Amino acid sequence: MNKKVMLLLLPGLLFLAVFMLIPITLTIGSTFVQDGKLTLEGYLHFFRDGYFNRILLTTLRVSVVTTLVCMVLGYPAAYYISRASARKKSLLLALSIFPLLTSPVVRSFSWMIILGKKGLINSFLVNTGLIAKPLDILYTPTAMMIGLVHLFLPLIIITLLGVMENLDHELVRAARSLGASPFAAFRKITFPLTVPGLIIGGILVFVGSLTAYTTPALLGGKERVVSTFLYQNAMTLNDWQAASVIAVIMIVITFVVVGLMNAWANRLNPKG
Amino acid sequence: MKEGNRVLPWYTLLVFIFLLGPLVIISITSFEPGTVLKFPPEGFSLKWYKNIFEVSAFMETFKTSIVISLLGNLLSLLLGVPAAYALSRYRFRGRDTLNAVFLSPVLIPGIVLGFTLLRYLIVVYNLPIVAGLLIGHTVIMLPFIIRVIASSLENFDFAVEEAAQSLGASRIYTFFKVVLPNIRSGILAAILIAFLESFNNVDISVFMTGPGVSTLPIQMLTYVQNYFDPTIAAISVILMVLTAALMFIIERLMGFAYFTKR
Repeated sequence: MNKKVMLLLLPGLLFLAVFMLIPITLTIGSTFVQDGKLTLEGYLHFFRDGYFNRILLTTLRVSVVTTLVCMVLGYPAAYYISRASARKKSLLLALSIFPLLTSPVVRSFSWMIILGKKGLINSFLVNTGLIAKPLDILYTPTAMMIGLVHLFLPLIIITLLGVMENLDHELVRAARSLGASPFAAFRKITFPLTVPGLIIGGILVFVGSLTAYTTPALLGGKERVVSTFLYQNAMTLNDWQAASVIAVIMIVITFVVVGLMNAWANRLNPKG
Repeated sequence: MKEGNRVLPWYTLLVFIFLLGPLVIISITSFEPGTVLKFPPEGFSLKWYKNIFEVSAFMETFKTSIVISLLGNLLSLLLGVPAAYALSRYRFRGRDTLNAVFLSPVLIPGIVLGFTLLRYLIVVYNLPIVAGLLIGHTVIMLPFIIRVIASSLENFDFAVEEAAQSLGASRIYTFFKVVLPNIRSGILAAILIAFLESFNNVDISVFMTGPGVSTLPIQMLTYVQNYFDPTIAAISVILMVLTAALMFIIERLMGFAYFTKR
């Protein structure tokens, strides 16, 4: 690399080093030290604590369900959009991007109106006499999942759309001309070729759900996930040691998930 | 797929109702005349829109949000444009790694980044909280700026730049007179996307608020946790109108191809 290139990259690199890499490295380092001694106590303390394990489990469960629901809702929708006429396609793409650019506070808040005790769903069910007492949906993991699916569905749709647009439709046409039924062509060609995209979209949703703060903070009530627990430890309890440990656990989980699923997507990618 | 052809449009319609329905509902409830959010509203009133302008915290945090997003944008352009140019223009060893480094802020969970910035910038380096807010927002804007600008540089033919230089124009001169005008719409789009990213940010900002310093999303979050009147619905509508307007401009500038690209 010559000097010229170096000079162009240096300001950005220095900025990221000072304001991201160093603070994160120091945070990671700080979790292994207690009273001046090197120790794993910070982590052991956490995993011995049933409360934290429960939070971690809730977070993982919510993220897994969110990812699966997003895949089930998003894949057929993306497939439909990719095969639609140009005008319909650009309209539906715009309608997917709009929520993506809209504030997560706004989007989570809209679910408070719908899911609350006096919300849309409950007043409908009570008024029609289907139930006597309003259901407790808001401030439960279910509410978080609904909010997170709403938050990340556009992301998986546009990711899949990108993959489906790049799909070589000659292959589908070839299969059809050789006598494959439309469903067989989809199952044997379109689906396998788009699975890597489904996994990549899944990674984005999973990691996003795992680390989301706004939606669980608004829709989860007292129900904690790791990100709201990190915030609580840092800002309410002022336990920075604990907050740092949670931060490191979040980083590790994120990198492990991204690494494993990327490797999986690459293996499935027929173009190799 | 004969079967699918009949089911698929309806399935997609339901998906979009799920996606956009809540945003429609929030818009309708913003006109509720009473003090409690209801659907359907019991009448029509603009009083909660008026309330936004009367609660000074909303106006102040709105201003802070705008200023932070604009300054952060400027800063991330100064850092990001040269980097995006170097990464697209030159082939060198370690280029892929450096590319990954520049995009890495999106890999770190926002809430983790926010906390570490609070812990080190504010407490250890002793920076004022506004500076922390600005730096944090710049860190998260940088990857967007670099990615969008790099993708518009991909469509630029660097031979044009070489031609200008072979005719005697200096490097700096060609950059400003040849390269920059060609990727102008990409840069504007990058600015708008990064602006929305920063303006809507909660994860970093939630740690960088203190006496007299807060951003609009954080103010909204605090308000919702204490009151349940239609004010936030009214703000939501205004924000959605703003988002739609910026989206329209982004579409005009470079289409939506960027969004489906990974």
